[in-house]
Amino acid sequence: MTTAIRTDALTKRYGRRTALDACTLDIPAGRVVGLVGPNGAGKSTLLQLLAGLLEPTSGTATVLGGRPSSGPEQLARVGFVAQDTPTYSGLTIRDHLRLGAHLNARWDAGLAEARVARLGLDPDQKAGRLSGGQRAQLALTLAMGKRPELLLLDEPVASLDPLARREFLGGLMEFVAEQGATVVLSSHLVTDLERVCDHLVLLAASHVQVSGEVDELLATHQRVTGRRRPHDEAPAGTSVVRSGHTDRQSTFVVRSSVPVLDPEWAVEPLDLEELVLAYMTQDVVDAHDLTVEVSR
Amino acid sequence: MIEFHLDARSGVSPYLQLVQQVRHALRLGILAVGDQLPTVKDVVATLAINPNTVSKAYRELEYEGLVEARQGVGTFVVRTFGESTLAAQGPLRDELAAWLDRAREAGLDEEGIEALFRDTVRAAVGRTS
Repeated sequence: MTTAIRTDALTKRYGRRTALDACTLDIPAGRVVGLVGPNGAGKSTLLQLLAGLLEPTSGTATVLGGRPSSGPEQLARVGFVAQDTPTYSGLTIRDHLRLGAHLNARWDAGLAEARVARLGLDPDQKAGRLSGGQRAQLALTLAMGKRPELLLLDEPVASLDPLARREFLGGLMEFVAEQGATVVLSSHLVTDLERVCDHLVLLAASHVQVSGEVDELLATHQRVTGRRRPHDEAPAGTSVVRSGHTDRQSTFVVRSSVPVLDPEWAVEPLDLEELVLAYMTQDVVDAHDLTVEVSR
Repeated sequence: MIEFHLDARSGVSPYLQLVQQVRHALRLGILAVGDQLPTVKDVVATLAINPNTVSKAYRELEYEGLVEARQGVGTFVVRTFGESTLAAQGPLRDELAAWLDRAREAGLDEEGIEALFRDTVRAAVGRTS
């Protein structure tokens, strides 16, 4: 299996502030990666480092086998749609496509024009007069027109209504089905992405909290509930992500490669949103005693 | 041709929902041998889901011998459920119905029955593995 993105201790600092800290990832080609985390977690920084728009402070990133900012050949293989899907408001859709053809060596005019037609957009319409959803679709069309092997999208659906969101992601998935491209798209809401992504990277507080194939993450994480135990007495063979206790009951979110079969525990599967929340509120050991005090 | 839909709140994984919808259509006779399933491209464009989800569902149906992928053409139904499968479940269904009556007589409600059933299945998995 070929690797699309590999980062090793990738770090970006702005003065004393660390935007991304020791990020290590290994993402196979052909995946649709959901890059999830709260605002300010470092998602945009990571995407811009992968696109070659930023230079790392330390660590390395390898994208499609090359260094992100190594030059035009690398740039031609990577599509990037910045936050709020910017377009030139004074230019028409036709102008945008002409610009795309002019600036990209591998421009696929047929693909871009067919997409504009299918979206029902008027090529003579100025971008400034498009709705948010239409503008997002235009920005996506420009990124697709260069036939990238990797498509990076920063919060592409955050400002779209549910219908525009569905249409945008539907078009993106159609492109993936046809071209087999690797896609990374970020969102602060995992629910926006859970239907489309097959790989998850969770960033919080500048760190990667968890990363992996969605199916595997869902299969190996459970919520187990039972009578009150000490906080380190989760079911045997599991590792605790998060624990909560009342005076009578203990609840653990655990990671385990084998099913928990002990009838002492009630076991429930997690959905992706609950899994993300569990990692975002991971255990700090000291907090345990506090919880007990409060519950009494 | 059928059209898929997804229930995000069902707790059933999207790929399994697609598999179940095809099986359901076969049981009801909505799909027959020779019918084509929607292409992966069409399904992902309408539902906005990952192409692998659809491929995985179609592979599962292929593995079950219900459909067949024809290179460059699409995926087609090659077998539908015989009467025999449902008929074979008849005696099991009768036993289960009798057991459910006894469980209700013993004072268990729906929730208690479901919990007991789940726990027992889990314990049985534990014994055999």
